[in-house]
Amino acid sequence: MVLLEVKNLNKKYDDKNVLKDINLKLSSGKIIGLLGKNGAGKTTLIKLINDLLTPTSGEILVKGNKIGVETKKAISYLPERTYLNKQMKVKEVLSYFEDFYDNFDAQKARKLLKDLDLDESQSLSKMSKGMQEKVQLVLVMSRNADLYILDEPLGGVDPATRDYILDTILSNFNENASVIISTHLISDIERVLDEVVFIDKGKIALHSDTDELRKNENASIDEIFRRMFKC
Amino acid sequence: MEFTFENNIPIYIQLLDYMKIYLISGVFKAGEKLPSVREFATTFKVNPNTMQKALAELESMNLIYTERTNGKYVTKDEKLIEKLKDEYAMTLTKSYFQGMKRIGLGKADSIKYLERIN
Repeated sequence: MVLLEVKNLNKKYDDKNVLKDINLKLSSGKIIGLLGKNGAGKTTLIKLINDLLTPTSGEILVKGNKIGVETKKAISYLPERTYLNKQMKVKEVLSYFEDFYDNFDAQKARKLLKDLDLDESQSLSKMSKGMQEKVQLVLVMSRNADLYILDEPLGGVDPATRDYILDTILSNFNENASVIISTHLISDIERVLDEVVFIDKGKIALHSDTDELRKNENASIDEIFRRMFKC
Repeated sequence: MEFTFENNIPIYIQLLDYMKIYLISGVFKAGEKLPSVREFATTFKVNPNTMQKALAELESMNLIYTERTNGKYVTKDEKLIEKLKDEYAMTLTKSYFQGMKRIGLGKADSIKYLERIN
């Protein structure tokens, strides 16, 4: 089933074309890597899907619905930068999410926090960056959504924590939902991806099944990416 | 056991290899019920879709079969597993001789080296 459809999408900032005629169809039950260099347009595309920006032209459909209240329920979004008040304790953030989202599974969140050895009575400001990222991911993955969009979820964390985060994503995603992970840290995440979308200078440069691509090119996704976008 | 995967080889092919070793070495015996796709995916720490693809490949090789409501089982045909073992051993052996050839050692010399291993 087509979960996300992007049709002839354009986004301009002043007269700079940040996204140019993007067409994309993603189905459910997949983990998709949105891969591109810094400034390629990844975050702009993600913000458009989350209704945080308005397209200059074109259309985005989630489960056939235009972007709006319905699609916001269907999407669980992890932004690049935190919007949480760091003075809050983890348990306060939990009840905040519970109030805010109908589809938030607090029980699941508590279990995940426990698995990750995170203390609910600690305030975010007292936590390391890696711990804060884990808390955020737990919150996002504990919503029963159709589409999870994670913008640079591995940014400031060490490799061991990266693996932990990937395993959390893997073990918590179900066949009816899809996960989009945007990153430039390709080699760390490519093993979990079903599909990759390469985005370069505001355009979709490639959309492929991950293992097919490896087979055809006899190389890792990271290497294929480097070859294509050599500076 | 920690499973490692190379990024430059399709993951499902590497999973297929792990699974073949499981069957050959009798971790899962002829006719035995296999864990679910989910359970395998958790063990190997891979995407369930990729696991599914590896299992589908095993199934197309008749090494495992699906009972409609019950899940997946190892083939009851022990000869098929013997054959798999033979092919696998042959592949390993060929790659040994190829490696020796690269450093200028022929079959007879290579066998001498093998005999030095206890």
